[in-house]
Order: sequence, then C-alpha cells, then structure tokens
Amino acid sequence: MLLINILGAVLIVAIVWWFWLYKPKQVEFSDNQVDIIVNDGVYQPSNIQVKAGKEVQLRFERIDAAPCAEMVIFPELDISKELKMGKDNRVILPTLKKGEYNFHCQMQMYKGKLIAI
Amino acid sequence: MSRNNSTTNQNFIIEGASCASCVSKIEKALNDVPGVELVEMNFAQRIVSVDGKVDSSTLIKTVQNIGYDAKLMSNESEQDALDEKAQADEAHYKKLMRNVYMALGLGVPLMLYGLFIGDMSVNSSTQRIVWLIVGLVTLGVMVASGKHFYVGAWQSFKNHSANMDTLIALGTGTAWAYSMIVLIAPNMLPEVARHVYFEASAMIIGLINLGLAFEVKARGRTSEAIKRLIGLQAKTARVIRDGQELDIDIEQVQLDDMIRVRPGEKLPVDGEITEGKSTVDESMLTGEPMPVSKKVGDKVVAGSLNKTGSMLFRATHVGKDTTLSHIINMVKRAQNSKPSIGRLADVISGYFVPIVMILAVLAGLAWLNFGPQPSIAYAIAAVTTVLIIACPCALGLATPMSVMVGIGKAAEAGILIRNGEALQTASKITTMILDKTGTITQGQPKVTDVLMYNQQTEDKIIPLIASLENGSEHPLAESIVNYAKEQAYSISQVSEFDAITGKGVKGMFNNQRLLFGNAALMQQFDIDVSEASDKAQALAGDAKTPMYFALGDTFSAMVAVADPIKSDSIAAIKRLQKKGVHLVMLTGDNEATAKAVAKRVGIDDYIAQVLPQDKLDEVLKRQDRGEVVGMTGDGINDAPALAQADVGFAIGTGTDVAIESADVTLMRGSLHGLADALAISQATIRNIKQNLVGAFVYNVAGIPIAAGVLYPFFGILLNPIVAGAAMAMSSLTVVSNANRLRLFKPQNH
Repeated sequence: MLLINILGAVLIVAIVWWFWLYKPKQVEFSDNQVDIIVNDGVYQPSNIQVKAGKEVQLRFERIDAAPCAEMVIFPELDISKELKMGKDNRVILPTLKKGEYNFHCQMQMYKGKLIAI
Repeated sequence: MSRNNSTTNQNFIIEGASCASCVSKIEKALNDVPGVELVEMNFAQRIVSVDGKVDSSTLIKTVQNIGYDAKLMSNESEQDALDEKAQADEAHYKKLMRNVYMALGLGVPLMLYGLFIGDMSVNSSTQRIVWLIVGLVTLGVMVASGKHFYVGAWQSFKNHSANMDTLIALGTGTAWAYSMIVLIAPNMLPEVARHVYFEASAMIIGLINLGLAFEVKARGRTSEAIKRLIGLQAKTARVIRDGQELDIDIEQVQLDDMIRVRPGEKLPVDGEITEGKSTVDESMLTGEPMPVSKKVGDKVVAGSLNKTGSMLFRATHVGKDTTLSHIINMVKRAQNSKPSIGRLADVISGYFVPIVMILAVLAGLAWLNFGPQPSIAYAIAAVTTVLIIACPCALGLATPMSVMVGIGKAAEAGILIRNGEALQTASKITTMILDKTGTITQGQPKVTDVLMYNQQTEDKIIPLIASLENGSEHPLAESIVNYAKEQAYSISQVSEFDAITGKGVKGMFNNQRLLFGNAALMQQFDIDVSEASDKAQALAGDAKTPMYFALGDTFSAMVAVADPIKSDSIAAIKRLQKKGVHLVMLTGDNEATAKAVAKRVGIDDYIAQVLPQDKLDEVLKRQDRGEVVGMTGDGINDAPALAQADVGFAIGTGTDVAIESADVTLMRGSLHGLADALAISQATIRNIKQNLVGAFVYNVAGIPIAAGVLYPFFGILLNPIVAGAAMAMSSLTVVSNANRLRLFKPQNH
C-alpha cells in the first residue's frame, strides 16, 4: 500500500512538473514568418520564438476537422481568426513588444505561445 | 478620372502590409506592371484597387514577389466559403456518427449483457478467453472510432499540454488497461475485483463522439446571422454603359456606374438615386419593418429590396466599401470578441486538465486506502469517472457561443454591436442620456400650425412667406419652403431681402413690405400682434416656435414650426423606463422647448441649452456617482459624450463614420432600437451566465461526485458511462442553450 501511495505522489509531482514547470523548447523564427499546423488537438509548433519590434506573420494550416480547431484567439492582442480547412489562414500580428503572447482555440484546448525577444 | 472601355477594375485584399511604407512599396510595384493605369491602396482596409488591362494572377504574383500576399476580392467567395464550411461540417458529422455507431454498437450490447444477463467478472478460464476476445475487439473499436482522441492526447502530451483528448484517452485507456490486467494476470487481484470495464471504454468513446456530432450540427446554426447577411448580397447588377444596359457581375461594378433596378430586385451596391422613385425594403439592414419611400437624391444601400418602382442610381460605394460589407465585417469581428465575463472561465479552463489529473490520482489513492473491498475496482471506476466527467470544453464554449448568437441576433434587428465588452456593459446600464434633436425628435423642423389673421387666406400668404424665406439659410426657413412645396404653392422672387439677426427676415414684393420673424421683429416695425399672443404662448408651451408675418403694416399670419417627436419615441421611452433605466434628456434648445418635449415623452430629468462639452461633463458627472451611463445621440456633436459613456449608442443612418465610431450603432432611426439593444444585451448576458453555471455544474459538482464523495453517505458512485454521457451532454447543453437565444424576441421584453 505504501508503495502505491508513493507511486501516486510521484505521479502527482510528475504531472505538475510535466505540464507546468517544464519549459518546452522554443522553435526560433528570426524572420518572424511561422507556419503552424493545426492537427490532432495541437498547434505545431506551439512554442514559438520571434523577434520583438517586427511584424509577425503566422500561417495556420488546419487539418483538424474538430470544431474546437475552428478559431484561433490571441487574447493579449485582441485578435481572433477563423481557421478554414485546407485554406491558407494568415494572421498578421502587429509588431510585438518583448514578452509572452498566448494563443489558443475558443475552448482553450489547443494552446500555443509566442515569445517575442 | 476616365477609364477606357477595355480597362477593368480589380480589387485585392493585401495580406502582410503593416506600415505606411508598405503601401508605397505595393503601389509602386503594381504601377510598374505593364498595362496598369491606376493603383490605389486603402491602407486601413488593406485593399488595393487596380485599374488596367492586366491579368489578376500577374498582379498577385507582383505583390508576392515583394513579400506580401494578395487575394482577389469577390463577394461570392464569402458565400462559397460558407457553403464549403457547411459541406466540411457535414462530412465531419457523418464521420463522427460512423464512430458513434461503431462504438455504441459494441458498447450497448456489452452493457445490456452486464446489466441483465451475466456479470462481467472473470472467474473461469473460458470466461477469460471470451473476455480476452471481447477486449481485443474493444481495442479495435477504440482505435477505429476513437483514434483522434488518442493521437491528440499523445501530441498534446509531447507538447507539455493537456486537453480534452488527454482526459478521454486516460479515462478510457485506464478502464481498458485495468480490464486487460484482470484477464492476463487475474492472480494479482483479489477475486472480487476481477471485473472488466470494456463496455465503459466503448460506451464513453461512442457517447463523446455523439456529443461532438451534435455540437457540429448545433454550431452551424449559431452563425446564421452572418449567413443571412451575406445572402443579401446581389450577384449581378444591371449597369448602363455607353447607352446600353448590361447585366454584369457585382465585382465588376465601378464607382459612378449608373445602375438600373426594377421592382422586386435587390440593390447591388450603395448609391444615390438619379431617376425614378420607389419604395425600398431595408428591413434586413435596419430592422425597420416598413418599406421606405425613395426619390431622386436619396441614398440607397446594397442588400435592400426595391419594391414598387423602377429607378436609376449612381454607384457611390462598391465592393467591400458598401454599408452591407461593413456591417458583415463588423458583426464578424464582434462575434469573435469576448466580454470580460468569459475571462474567468478562460483562466480556469487553462489550468483545468492537469488539476483534474491530479484529482483523479488523489481519488484513486483515497479509494485504495480507505475504500471498501474490492478497493481497486472502486478506485479504477473513480479515476476513470473523474477523468471523463471533467472535460472543461463546455466552460470554454459558454461565452463565445452566446456572444456569437447575441450579436448576430442584434444585427438582424438593425443593431450593430462593436464588441463583446459593449454587449456586456449595455446590460448593466443604469442611466441613459438621450440627445433630443434627431434622437427623440426627427431632427428636421416642420411646419405644424398655420393661422391666418385679418381675413387673409393661406393660399395667398404662404407663397409670400415661402418666397421671402427662400433667400434665408436659417433651418426654420427650410421647413417653411418645404411646406409650401408640399402644398404646391409657387415661390416668387423677392426684392430687397434682408435678414435681421436674431429676429427674422424682411423683403419687398409687388411694392409691399413683407416681414417674417419673432415678436421682437414685429415690435421693431410697430406691428400689433396682441390678438395672437395667447395662441403664441400656447404654441411655445407645446415645444413649437411661433413666427409672425406682416404684409405691409398688417399682421396677417402666424406659423408655428417644431421638430416633431418621432412617432414611436414615446412607446420606446416607456419600454426603457420599464427596464428600470433612468432617462435623462439633453438638448441645446431653450428651456421651454426642452420642458415641453420632455413632458410629452414622459422624461422627468432634462437639461436644456447644453453644448457638446456640457454633454460630456454630464456623462462624467454621472459616472463619478457610480452610475453606468449609456449615451444615445445622432453622432457628430454628441461624439465626445458618446466616446466617454460606458456604452455609446449612435443613431446612425448607416454612415461609415457612425458605424466606425460608436460602441453600438442603431441602424433604424427609432429609439425602439435602443430598447431592443438593451433587451438583447441582457438576454445574452443571462444566457452566458446560464451557460457558465451549467458548465460549472458539470465540472465542479461532477468531479467530487465522480471521485466518490457521496459514497460514504449515500452509497452513490458514478458509473463511468454516466460520466461519458454527462461530458457529451455538457458541450451540447451549452451550444443548444446559446442557440435558444436565436428565438429571443426583444419587443416582448
């Protein structure tokens, strides 16, 4: 029983570490042009590093037919865009100040982050 | 600017242009293309208009070569995109339903077997073999109809994020894996815990797919308003070129083209009538049910329906510049914005999934440590149920779905709401400031009373007054000239015309002096008007402006002019008051007029002789007192107050400026639009709250029950299948409840 409880505790720590503490690797795009694939419940890449002070152009390719994937929202920038299946969905972001900018679907099931440095 | 006949005008949407310097770069590149005659780019709208005899693909390529992207603009493409989306949704729905049949096809018989025929325990080797086969079949079904959940869960796990798929995959996976352990190594478990849960896995996959399928269907209906607005656009226009009438595609219509519309036809673009008259049904744009009569010089808008006569009009706005296109864009933008009420749900759903996973582990441990035997079986059931019931997608959907329907609903009633925030604030307004002129009243003074004195007759005197006033630029003069024209009186030339500031006008006709103005003017020329003084006072008390006319030295007539109250203002004001909104009327007019109008419409609180700055101060003063202030005005002199108010309502005639500057634009001139806007806003916010409560009940109450808090007291432990059904229901409930808003009728509230 003790073993199981220890295992449970380890599992909880692992969940906390994996989803909250671990900083996933960022994919760097110094030209600020990023192609993002929307499929299987995720944005790929989802941790994107871009240059601050320059316009960012994101191109979303939506393969996922799930209704969740229909919309991408940039809450800090007050931008939202409908993602059409099989279409070139471009989102032009204004020049970003240094910082982190989240983007997600309406349900917050698909999540990504832009880091402007 | 002239265009030769072979020249065409093409409009492109430019993507990637973010600075003013991009504009010159794009214009220069396009200008260099052989055959291009004129390039104009609208930076705000990112639209470039190109005249010339050039293939569109060449132009697109040119733009792409300098690092931007261009897309040929077409009105039909929008409709096509919607059709395409509908088709894609239908295909997705069918696929989901196939998954449902497959999963429930296995899950339902298994569940029925467990319930009525045999138990699902594994005690003999035959049972083991049979259940092993069932387990493998279940795995096949899970993969076939639930593959997207598992792939999604894995992808998001790799990305260090967790989503709905994670929960479903973990829940169904746990149930299946535990069952397989029972089969492969039964000795590891106590005899009573040798129970399989294959039916749960299959049923959950089936039910969640079913929920998603219904959601796809219901979502399609939420964007109905946009679909209808786009459907209003005509596809062709009958243009007169070189004396010939040609039916051409709507995209080919150019500014200043002359367009013919016959009865029963939709107006293709915005314009100004140059010939003919008709009645036009603008109901889809303004919500105004009565057709409006239009004559030469009047403005018409694309999407409205020509009812009775044939007319010719000049195109003043084409393509994406038409009022209808602006409206569609605005509604779309607003539908995607969220009021702050939804932000809490966003924060919660952002952290939800990992928290639920932790809760599931804790629930499992609690059952193992403190639960009755077979504790492992209870633990598995609890873990699976917690994972399955907790999907926060309903929470995430609660706000956007209602906002989408609410803003669409408003658009159908001719109310354009700029964003979700305005929608929310409008529901909380405690004080509504109404500008008098143009808002409560028509804003156009009209002759209301004509009284003759000293044996004069109207057909002799009115032509004289109108002839005299024809030279004046005073707004009241216009009303008298219009009145004379309506009565078909002729207007003549008056000599020695003179305007006497603050008093009136003077002139000569047939060697007789004409005087028209206020009492002070009469006094100046020693004309006795005492016989009309009682009547004049009564008229003034009725918000009318009396004016005297003297022919020679004889007082001959009195004409009263007033800005009439709109026919439905009183009813609309009653509706607003019934909602508990405190109404304040502001006007630049004098005290007597203000008082009379306020009394007539039933407003107790009014302030007269205010300047635009005073209107702003009034808003500020009330905001300081903690009131949530709405301001309604007709746009220009009210602008500072409209901007300062918590929600500014512009009574718009649909001009670009009004649409762009106000939080809410009431396309219909009536104050009923205002009452409707508040009603829709309140209904939408109520709907969002219902959705949030519903979603929270599923999640927040569902999780502890799933974890088994009720077990020690009532012996209730939720079945994982029930949890699967509840989860499928949660999103569906939210979407359906939002759809319920479509049936809302603001007039009844």
